[in-house]
Amino acid sequence: MQDILSQYETVTEAHVKEWFNVGEVSDFPENSGACIKYKTKQIAVYNFSRTSKWYATQNLCPHKMEMVLSLGMIGDKDDIPKVACPMHKKNFSLEDGSNLAGEDLKIATYPVKIEDGNVYIGFAD
Amino acid sequence: MKKVIVIGNGMVGYKFCEKFVAQENSKDFKITIFGEEPRPAYDRVHLSEFFDNQDAKALEMAPRAWYEEQGVELITNERITDIHRSSKKITTAKDVNYKYDYLVLATGSVPFVPNIKGIEKKGVFVYRTIEDLEDMLAYAEAIQKGKTETVKAAVLGGGLLGLEAAKAVMDMGLEPNVVEFAPKLMPRQLDKRSSKVLQEKIESIGINVHLSKATNKILGEDTITGMEFGEYDKIDVEMLVISAGIRPRDELGKSCDLEMGTRGGIVVNNKMQTSDPEVYAIGEVALYNNMIYGLVAPGYDMAEVAVNQILGNNDVLMPADIDMSTKLKLIGVDVASYGEPFMPVEKGYSIVYENKTKNLYKRINVSHDGKELLGGILVGDASDYNMLHQIYLNGLPIPEDAEELIVGARGEGEGGFGSVMDIPDAAQVCSCESVTKGDICSSITEGGCNNLGDVIAKTKATTGCGGCKPMVVDLVNESLKSLGKEVKETICEHFDFNRQELYDLIKINKVKDYQETLDLFGEGHGCETCKPLIASIFASITMETPNRQVAIQDTNDRFLANIQRNGTYSVVPRIAGGEITPDKLIVIGQVAKKYDLYTKVTGGQRIDLFGAELHQLPLIWKELIDAGFESGHAYGKSLRTVKSCVGSTWCRYGMHESVTFAIDIENRYRGLRSPHKLKGGVSGCIRECAEARGKDFGLIAVDGGWNLYVCGNGGATPKHAVLFAEQLDDETVVKYLDRFLMFYIRTAGPLVRTAPWLDKLDGGIEYLKQVVIEDSLGIAEELELEMQGLVNKYECEWKQAIESPEMMKRFKHFVNSDDTDDNLVFVPMRDQKMPKAWN
Repeated sequence: MQDILSQYETVTEAHVKEWFNVGEVSDFPENSGACIKYKTKQIAVYNFSRTSKWYATQNLCPHKMEMVLSLGMIGDKDDIPKVACPMHKKNFSLEDGSNLAGEDLKIATYPVKIEDGNVYIGFAD
Repeated sequence: MKKVIVIGNGMVGYKFCEKFVAQENSKDFKITIFGEEPRPAYDRVHLSEFFDNQDAKALEMAPRAWYEEQGVELITNERITDIHRSSKKITTAKDVNYKYDYLVLATGSVPFVPNIKGIEKKGVFVYRTIEDLEDMLAYAEAIQKGKTETVKAAVLGGGLLGLEAAKAVMDMGLEPNVVEFAPKLMPRQLDKRSSKVLQEKIESIGINVHLSKATNKILGEDTITGMEFGEYDKIDVEMLVISAGIRPRDELGKSCDLEMGTRGGIVVNNKMQTSDPEVYAIGEVALYNNMIYGLVAPGYDMAEVAVNQILGNNDVLMPADIDMSTKLKLIGVDVASYGEPFMPVEKGYSIVYENKTKNLYKRINVSHDGKELLGGILVGDASDYNMLHQIYLNGLPIPEDAEELIVGARGEGEGGFGSVMDIPDAAQVCSCESVTKGDICSSITEGGCNNLGDVIAKTKATTGCGGCKPMVVDLVNESLKSLGKEVKETICEHFDFNRQELYDLIKINKVKDYQETLDLFGEGHGCETCKPLIASIFASITMETPNRQVAIQDTNDRFLANIQRNGTYSVVPRIAGGEITPDKLIVIGQVAKKYDLYTKVTGGQRIDLFGAELHQLPLIWKELIDAGFESGHAYGKSLRTVKSCVGSTWCRYGMHESVTFAIDIENRYRGLRSPHKLKGGVSGCIRECAEARGKDFGLIAVDGGWNLYVCGNGGATPKHAVLFAEQLDDETVVKYLDRFLMFYIRTAGPLVRTAPWLDKLDGGIEYLKQVVIEDSLGIAEELELEMQGLVNKYECEWKQAIESPEMMKRFKHFVNSDDTDDNLVFVPMRDQKMPKAWN
């Protein structure tokens, strides 16, 4: 179990080794999340079309270890973009992956860039 | 950098780490914590919850990642065998040495196993760790295999843990028998009468109690078959769980010559230091004031003291008196005891209230002059515990007539308590996290917190056992009021309106979708509160299905299925009134078999198919729809089912055709979105087999028509529906229902079912009758027209979805791959399957 969680580590833009093309912008629903696969990882990608901002995190909710975050509703709390896990409504910041209720749960975040209508996610492996 | 080694990764050892790293000046220290069990520290207090979910992860105090982030080195599966105090080293079972500057012993305790003949036999267990539980589960399953009658098991010990163990044994499907040496249950906390009340209550739910029994021997060859108390006194049991108290795990202290208590335990002073000032002991291994404290709260306090002492805050000491008050829910029964539960006459007087018809017992002990509360006991209803406990702890004044504390004041007004605001600021409200009343109130008055959520995030109050929650809620509300802050019920930070206001705004302004609503009346991006709420409003105004605005639907509505544990979905086709043809039953069976789904009959007289993967949903529904099924809306805040009994068609008592009418009504309101789920029932006579009075609306056939009941529900707060009108014909029933439901949909708050909506409705049921029956607001026709409009626009959303390639795109796990989620694992259960529990 620990293995599933341990393969997710936050990647910052400076440490990206590969920008992985995950599809066209139109493949991703607006103001919503969707899931992509990279090697053995499941990554949730969030499209905030109101502000044209994109975020990516692990799809695994660390609370009950379920692959569900891309199914959660997105939005903001005190201007911090967030996702609410559909299982038990744990809220995570999409900026730094922290739990917004201050619990000891954290998710890994990944950089996203849009070029020529394609969506790329940055990985370090 | 100085090294702190903690031996024992239990609740108290973990708490030590948590409190340590939270301190400012902890940076110069490195903590290493050793655990003998394979997993990180977990919540032993709630061990019996393991049976409900088999989810060891949920019990964890913190995930492994937490230790890493905090720079705490966690080494599990490693027992410490030696302490070398002269060289300040410890040795592990793998013969590795670690040096320390400070050593903290948090080794806890082991179950006390009395020396009874035959105690080593197979089938005898102790109740302490998750591993113990797993062994018990496996054994219980083995001894039940192939047997039709219930297998008996015993629990030795009728204290707190023993009763918890009895619950666990019952959850395994065994018949529990509690065997206690003392003449009463929970001998340390309860007096004889309260113990009797508790006993009667737990016997009524199937737990047998045997008191005043000294076990002579365990019967059986290699495997337990029974227990013998006296020559002719024995019981047959096939399993025994021992829960007869604890003994400190103090062998390390003994072997390195620390001062020990005569009956075990490592002696500590009020700094939690042992006889070696660089070695500390906390929790159940520590002997303080010549006592071992087997409760979590004193253990946490000891952790706090040790942390402060090591970090040089020398004035934080353990108090001489330790509060042993406890409140818990045992097998569904509230039990609490605080202060001095027993009262010798020379110290004070007792006031006792007992009502066996309600399994209630309350006792308070007061000083001779009746001015001071010294302690007490509550069984059956402990809702007053927090307030009584605070009065006791802080010596608050009590009413002149002390009995008001338990029976309430005579006549008008409130009970015997003052306001929660009368408690002194220093009073500890949350004992698990040591949060005082002052901490809570000042987080609002000075700390910028604006609601309960903020206060919990800031103070951590209620995050332990949760018992203090009602009091925290009161304190938060009172503090907000004292600042003149109106507690307005706006739906969330994105909209400054309540649900009814938004409903009207969207309707009057003909708003087209959620994004426009946000542009016109809100701010930000929205959240998981306002999105589904506004989705429901749109559905109630225009009957749009969740297929139109997918992104604002709750996950269930987004995929038109109920998301279950492990991220699979369940499928429930509509079976109106519970009536189904054999052919359709066969189709459900065939579909379930083809997709390997777990099937179960629901409480709403239909069939739920569990374990479908996301990409299978459209395939399953295609087959169901082809066979004439439609969505059952089991995933929505919408009409679920109208339950029926067979009525006059078959039943010799039936007055009217309840099935036919139930089907008509269910089909009329199918797909109707509402503030919360809606359920109905139709019974063919007053025997009420359809349980119609437990529904949001219910009909019962009587001579001359139907009696209509409204605003009932089952669930967490069951409520009988109230008689609304009598002897109605079919048409009038539908007319009233249209008006009633539409009025509810228009005016109820988010996620408020009909019963609490009626509770809050000014004028109550009489007002509702005026609006619906007498049309006092002049809106009856409008309500009927609106409802008819919604009924006419009904469309099966699953049919809609599978016919549109665009809508189908969402039923795919990955955007960039056709792979499916490979993390789904199932295990067999009673010839079907269930999700594998993570551990």
